[in-house]
Formats: sequence, C-alpha cells, structure tokens
Amino acid sequence: MSYVENVAEYNKMSLAEMRDFLANYDGPEIHIMEVCGSHTAAISKNGIRGMLSEKIHLISGPGCPVCVTPTAYVDRLIELAMTPNTCVVTFGDMLRVPGSKYSLSEVQGMGGRAIMVYSPMDIFALAEKEPETTFVFAALGFETTTPVYALLLEEVIERNIENVKLLTALKTMPGVIEYLCENGASIEGYLAPGHVAAVTGSDLFKPLAEKYQIPFAVSGFEGEEILEALCGIVKAYQKGLCEGTQTSFAQVMNFYPAVVSAEGNLRAQELVTKYFQATDAAWRGMGIVPGTGMELRPEYEKYDAGSKALVEDNKRNKACCCDQILMGKMQPQQCPLFGKVCKPLTPQGACMVSEEGSCHSAFASF
Amino acid sequence: MEERISMVHGSGGAATSELIGSIFAKEFASTTLDKMEDSAVVEGAGKIAMTTDSFVVTPVSYPGGDIGRLCICGTVNDLLMRGAKPKYITCGFILQEGLEVSKLQEVVHSMAECAREAGVEIVAGDTKVVNGNGELYINTAGVGFVPEDREVSAERVCVGDAVIVSGNLGDHHAAILGTRMGIVNEIESDNAPLGEIVESLFAANIDVHTMRDITRGGLATVLKELAKTSNTTIELEEEKLPVTPQVKDFCGLLGLDPLYMGNEGKLVALVPVEEAEAAVAAIRGAKYGQDACIVGFVNDKAPGKLHLRTRIGGLRNLEILQGEGLPRIC
Repeated sequence: MSYVENVAEYNKMSLAEMRDFLANYDGPEIHIMEVCGSHTAAISKNGIRGMLSEKIHLISGPGCPVCVTPTAYVDRLIELAMTPNTCVVTFGDMLRVPGSKYSLSEVQGMGGRAIMVYSPMDIFALAEKEPETTFVFAALGFETTTPVYALLLEEVIERNIENVKLLTALKTMPGVIEYLCENGASIEGYLAPGHVAAVTGSDLFKPLAEKYQIPFAVSGFEGEEILEALCGIVKAYQKGLCEGTQTSFAQVMNFYPAVVSAEGNLRAQELVTKYFQATDAAWRGMGIVPGTGMELRPEYEKYDAGSKALVEDNKRNKACCCDQILMGKMQPQQCPLFGKVCKPLTPQGACMVSEEGSCHSAFASF
Repeated sequence: MEERISMVHGSGGAATSELIGSIFAKEFASTTLDKMEDSAVVEGAGKIAMTTDSFVVTPVSYPGGDIGRLCICGTVNDLLMRGAKPKYITCGFILQEGLEVSKLQEVVHSMAECAREAGVEIVAGDTKVVNGNGELYINTAGVGFVPEDREVSAERVCVGDAVIVSGNLGDHHAAILGTRMGIVNEIESDNAPLGEIVESLFAANIDVHTMRDITRGGLATVLKELAKTSNTTIELEEEKLPVTPQVKDFCGLLGLDPLYMGNEGKLVALVPVEEAEAAVAAIRGAKYGQDACIVGFVNDKAPGKLHLRTRIGGLRNLEILQGEGLPRIC
C-alpha cells in the first residue's frame, strides 16, 4: 500500500487545474463518501457539487453527531429537562432534534429546562450560580469532541463539583466506516475527516484502506483543500484501475499535513483513555455497531446521567428516511418528506436539523 | 449604595416625575418635549415615513455601544432606507425593578447623543416599571419626511443592478456574542446612524432602486427577500464580501457565517450598474461608509434565487436564515 505523508507538497495542482480535472473527469463512475459532517457543510458552502463531472458522486456519510444519535437519547435528554432541579446543557443543534414525541426546544415551553451554550466549559458558571440544580451536558460527538468532555470531567473532579453530569453518545469513526464497507452502498473513495484525524492520526485509516482496497484522503475544510483531496481520490482510483492489481487501490493520503500527523494528538488520546472506554454504540439506521462508542469508565460512573442502553430509535415520522440517507443508500431528495413537510424549520428527522446534516445541506443547495 | 429602579418609579406619582425630570427631560430637552403635554404637536410634510421598533438587546452595554445608541440607530436607519429624512422619535421605556439608575442615566445619555448625531428630535416618551432583574427594554416610533422625488422600494430592483454594501459584515452580531461568551477580542459593534451615507447617495444623483439596513438575518436574508420580491437573481461574489479579519476568525472559531450575521450600521443598496462606481465613491466619502464596495449583481438566470459565486468558483444557493440565529441581538 502506498502511504503518502504530504501529498499536497509533491502533487500540487493549481486551482484552475483542479477545477478542470474534476469537471472533465470521464472515467468510470466514482462514488466518494465524505464521512464528516463538517465536510458535508463545507462542500455545500463552497458549491462543490456543481463543479464536478457527472461521473463523480459525493455521498454524505454518518458523520453528523446529532444525525446518528437515536431518538432514545433525545428522549432521555427530554426526561432530564423535565425533571425538577435538573437542566440540560447542550450545543444549539441538539435543541431542535426530534425525539420520538418532542424536541428539547418544544419541551422548553412545557416547563423543561435546556440551555444552549457555545462551549461545554460554560456549564461551570451555570453550576456555580445554581448549586441546587444538576446540570447535564449532552455530550455527543466523535473523536474530535471527546477530549473536550474529558477536560470538562477533569475540571469537575479537580474542583469537586457535585452538580455537573454527562449524558454521553460518543462515537468513533473507524468501526462505522468498516460497517459501511461491509453493508453500505458501493463507495470507491473516502474523504476522511480532518478534525478526527488531527486527534487520532491519519494512520487510523490504514487498516481500512488495506482491507477494503479503497483510497482515503484526509482533508481540511477550506474549499481548495477539499478539491485537492477529491483530485487525490480520483487519481488514486484511476491509478488503481490502471494497475489493475489486487492491492493497487489502497492509499491513505494526508492532504492536511499542517494539522494532521500520522500518529495524532497523543495528549488528547491519553486524556480520553483516562476517562472513557470503548463500548458498543447505537447508530440511527444501523443499530448497534460493536466497538464504535465511548462511555465513561466504571470509576467515573457517578458522573453519568443514564447513558446506557439508549438504543431505541422511534422515528417521529414513519416516512423519514434518515437511516437510509446516513448509510449513503439514498439521497436526501429521494425521501418523500424532503422539502415538503421536512424543512429546516420543521425537521422530521435529525439530518434536516444540523447544518452538518445531509438533508439540511441538500435543502440549502439546489 | 447604588440607587436602583423600584416599582415606585412606575407609579405615575412623585417618584416617576423625579425620574423623568432628572434623567429624561434633562437629556432629551427640546422645545417640543419641554412642554410635557400628553402628546407632541410637530410640523408635517407631504410624504411621511413611519416605523416602530423594540429593543431588548442583552447585554445592555457592549463594545462600541449600548441599547440607547442602538435604539436611535435602528429607528432612523429604518426610515432612511425608504429615502426619508428622519425627524421625530418617541420612546417607551420598560424598566425592570433593580435596574441601576446610573445605568439608565448612561443609556439615556447615549440615546440623546446619538439622536443629536442623527438629527432627530425625541418628542415624546413613556416609562413603565415591571418586575424582573434589572434589565431594560425600549420601544420607539420614528417619523421621517420623504422628499417628493425619491422612490426607494424593493419593487424597483431590476436586472443590471449592482449590489453595494456600505461596509464590513457581522460586527454587531460578533460584538454581542463575544461579550455574552466572555471572549476577549477587539470587535466592536458597528451601530451607527446611516443618514450621511444616504444623503451622499442622493446628493451624487444616484438613482437608488432600493436600500435595506443589514440587521437580523444578515445580508443573505435581506437579499434573498429582495430577490423573491423582485423576481430576479442576485449573485454575490464571495471574494468581494467585506469582513474584517477579527470577525472572520471569530466566525471560524464558532462556525458562524458572516452572511447571516446582523449589523446595526450597514446598508445594502441596489443601484443601476453604470452608477455603481459613483455610488461607492459617494458612500466612501460619508461617515461610516469608508469600507463600501460592490459585492454582486442582479441577473435573470434563476428568478427568486440568491446565489454566491464561491472563492473556488462553485455556486452556492443561499436561503433566508433558518432557525433562531442569535436571540436578543437588538
């Protein structure tokens, strides 16, 4: 397998060359999945879909944290929000994600308490002001955000804060990519998540590239960086076709060398391992995927607000196709609810809520 | 001890009179207001522009301004956007119990100062006190006179117009949010009355088709609405959008988009393309207009749509702001 540490340096194409290459590609159809929600948002923001040849298809994967979280988790948050002397603290997106009956923002009008913050560390000021209230942070996300929750917990423990807890729905990437490779739509290349790789290191994708003979390109989030990575994937695919051997498609390319190293951020990894351990996780549409979650270690269980066994996924609207869309088996526009009853202000499923959701992103495009 | 507002200040009796006399009448003194009648009687004109607005911003003071300056700017800018010359303003104060009197004094002072700058007279006011925790809200009404020869409205937007913004996007929004989050930076609100900019445009004989002040929802929301109303396509160029490096970094940090962030001292004007350079020069010569630039054009490729030509050459569709944005920004 070829492993390229810094592709951008030796394979530099100008913006015009990249645009030309991607617009005029005329080889066999290629499906590229962006696994990260931030990539989904950036692709839409930069208008990249319209710049590609009809032979190149971008498919959004399960990398938007709120999108892959089953309704049981939202329902548990709502239960906590409605509990006396309890307040849920969350990033903005989560407020509007539909549970099986309600969303957090809907129960705010029914006496539920949920507060939106921009940084998890804001929870300390809240907790200090109201010592009689338990503040529960909705801790969801991927490898990128888990270190932040570890830091939060470290401070909770150091300062001996009694009224801050976490409700976790933390996920990890490699296992779910493997699941997709085994069960999902046919994908010829992965745009690998730059933020996740910054923590885990780009080596994370090596075994997958090798096992499934697929190129991975670790990319940043600027428009030009994404174009570079897409060019890299298409070229790797072409090279594979050309060589035609069993192993010629496997490549991990790092197009984000300023931020991502092969081994990642060891300090962050250490911090995560100190407080969290791997567990099975429930994913919307995929059910339980072994080893793809993180939970608090048993010795920190008292900081957990009931995160175990939140696996049920009861759609609020039975016709919602979020699950199929998350697995790349269906495009948002093919869902019968898309753009009709399901819009950003009236989301029927989580993919329409977050800017990183594939349905929201497709709704904003044309 | 710090003197604070209490329910007795809203009684309508002696304490109310004392408050009005010592703060409002002093700061807002004018021949009309000094009469202290039940309503103000003022001179009129042919075409009159009227508007009303409420201000609930939190925090009350922020880098670059406060609710007092904001309420004058917000009101006069709404009048100006129809080509009117702002003349009169009324204000209703809703004070919460516990408000520091010195804070009220400060707000009223900056209101009076901004009214003088904007050339409007505060002709009537009212004060009520409610339970709460020391915040204040202000409701205003504004009246302006529209010169006979001016016709500024969304219906006049047409293919071939150039889109001009009077300066950098997102400053007010970023200043408010930064203050609320305790993020230390140098971003200040741009809250400003836009009278000099507007009068400069007319003085330069620009046929201004329409103008909007870029407030909540940001430039994208304002222009998407204009594209819909006029059934034209507005195409912006990402590279030309003016955003300061500080606001850009701030947005990057929080995942915000300056296209959807509010200002309180910026306008967007649509003018015939052949007059665009002259319009930019006129705005740049006016106070608060030095960063004006052309950011896009109107065409008929996809009626009702707002498009953004991205830096890398893609085309992005822009919708109006979905969801809440940032509450209590003004």
